Amino acid sequence: MTDLAPSPAVRTRPPGRPRWAVLGEQLLEWIIRLCGISAILFVLGIFYFVFAKAAPILVSGDFSLREFLFSTQWYPTSEVNVRYGTLALTVGTLAVTVLAMLLAVPFGLGAAVFVSEFCGPRLKEILKVVIELLAAIPSVVWGFIGLTVMKTVIEKTTGAAVGVNVLNGGIILALMSVPIIVSIGEDALKAVPDSYREAAIALGTTRWQLVCRVLLPAAKTGLLAAVLLGVGRAIGETMAVLMATGHAVNIPHSLLDPVRTLTATIAAELGEAPEDSNHYRVLFLIGVLLFTITFVINLTADLVIRGIRKK
Amino acid sequence: MVTPPKTIEVQNLRLAYGPKEVIHGISFDVRRHEILGVIGPAQSGKTSLLRCINRTIEFTPGVHLQGAVRVDGEDVQKVRDVFALRRKIGMVAPLPVGLPLTIYDNVAFAPRCSGMRSRSELDGLVEQCLRQAALWDEVKDRLKTLGTKLSGGQQQRLTIARALSHQPEILCLDEFSIAIDPVTTMRIEEVLKELRKEMTIILVTNLVQQARRLADRTMFLWNGEIVELDRSDVVFSEQPRDRRTYEYVNGIFG
Ligand SMILES: Nc1ncnc2c1ncn2[C@@H]1O[C@H](COP(=O)(O)OP(=O)(O)O)[C@@H](O)[C@H]1O
Ligand SMILES: [Mg+2]
Repeated sequence: MTDLAPSPAVRTRPPGRPRWAVLGEQLLEWIIRLCGISAILFVLGIFYFVFAKAAPILVSGDFSLREFLFSTQWYPTSEVNVRYGTLALTVGTLAVTVLAMLLAVPFGLGAAVFVSEFCGPRLKEILKVVIELLAAIPSVVWGFIGLTVMKTVIEKTTGAAVGVNVLNGGIILALMSVPIIVSIGEDALKAVPDSYREAAIALGTTRWQLVCRVLLPAAKTGLLAAVLLGVGRAIGETMAVLMATGHAVNIPHSLLDPVRTLTATIAAELGEAPEDSNHYRVLFLIGVLLFTITFVINLTADLVIRGIRKK
Repeated sequence: MVTPPKTIEVQNLRLAYGPKEVIHGISFDVRRHEILGVIGPAQSGKTSLLRCINRTIEFTPGVHLQGAVRVDGEDVQKVRDVFALRRKIGMVAPLPVGLPLTIYDNVAFAPRCSGMRSRSELDGLVEQCLRQAALWDEVKDRLKTLGTKLSGGQQQRLTIARALSHQPEILCLDEFSIAIDPVTTMRIEEVLKELRKEMTIILVTNLVQQARRLADRTMFLWNGEIVELDRSDVVFSEQPRDRRTYEYVNGIFG
């Protein structure tokens, strides 16, 4: 402690780390930076690939973007009267997704609140395992359930002629989205510091007030992420909706009408369409449309959250 | 001298976290409109004691509690409306916990939860509490900014304003000055001198001199036992009843 003699020696050798450590750190930094950028590159790359496949149709003479977006006539393989109108498909996708979200968001967030705040530790463990299991069920299996169990239930209870329709697809998609919403929503609630809970409880709040006035607002960004991932799964889902919605090009007028979605159309027709035919390109353009829809939804949600935060 | 009525009675309180007992059967009273100072080294059970009084202790899994804590003669373990009990007690934590709300909403939080809706009533109450906590002049032009944007000392006064917002009879402060500067500490101490006229205050403090300055009576809690509880002038005199008190107060141990 009192020996000050070595201090000049220390001064002559500046406190530095070996060269390889510094270089290694820089390398690591670059690798991490690359990982971060790669996410953007992948998204752009996918968009470019899909768009490039679709682009030729946009400039070709016998195609109108207006018709593509706003016509309900989808006759891609007709000999005489080819029509590439996707409005019915878009409406079908939105109908099924909106119904699925109307069911899944309240149910999923409610379950997340229950798991995180209201149930005991034992039940919590069990529920989390079950929810993870649910999330791992492949979509074909869900489609199969829609096609068999749900179909009969809907035909029996509503008297609908065909049990594969908006209602069926919406319920199946809701069941698929709920586990995602629950597990991510629960993480978001768990991330709220306990000190908030203690502070609010010490102020005499009941459990419900604690949830509604403190936890939900504090966790709102994470909860929105949960909902968005749920929406993403619902919009992007192909196999289950292909099987459960009836696959009929049709603007639905009730929950019991069959519809067809954008994704299911791509999945069902891409294999048949000759490469670089107009049909093939239009299917890719549908991919671009899907991209745009999800992008707009994410952007809106982001802006909404930002608005809330500013307020 | 007539003894003032008791606000809190603690009788033979024992508290254990799982197998580890941290409060070993203590008994004491807090009188109406007094400031009771609680001093003692870290880990001696001061925070746990406060959490027994407003029953937030029950959120820690595995606690065992024996004995009784009575607030206004009512055993807190048996009260019918625990939320009303908690509203009777204002609690200020060592580190300020700003709820993620605006300054206004932080203070209006508890009144709103108990059903106060009228804007003018809320405005009045918010102003009154912020004034009581000596914060009004500093924030009156930015009530709509987030509470977490304030400085540490201001945030601590905000939590005091919030603790006053449900008009408690009892105010518990747990080492409130641990993270704030001496000047702000002195300002809050002035605030407490004003508040003692209206409410009973339990002042847990890491600053021995703070208890000496403010407390009518001081309790020296050590390892979950009361070493000494007496008028502050006795506790801080040259001859307290227990040798350990003298040593702790004068910085010889602890
Ligand atoms: N949540 C808890 N779980 C387990 N032990 C705890 C918990 N909180 C406090 N303790 C223990 O209780 C004893 C008293 O702690 P505390 O009441 O915080 O004392 P103080 O506030 O005087 O520092 C300590 O030994 C501490 O380790
Ligand atoms: Mg403490």
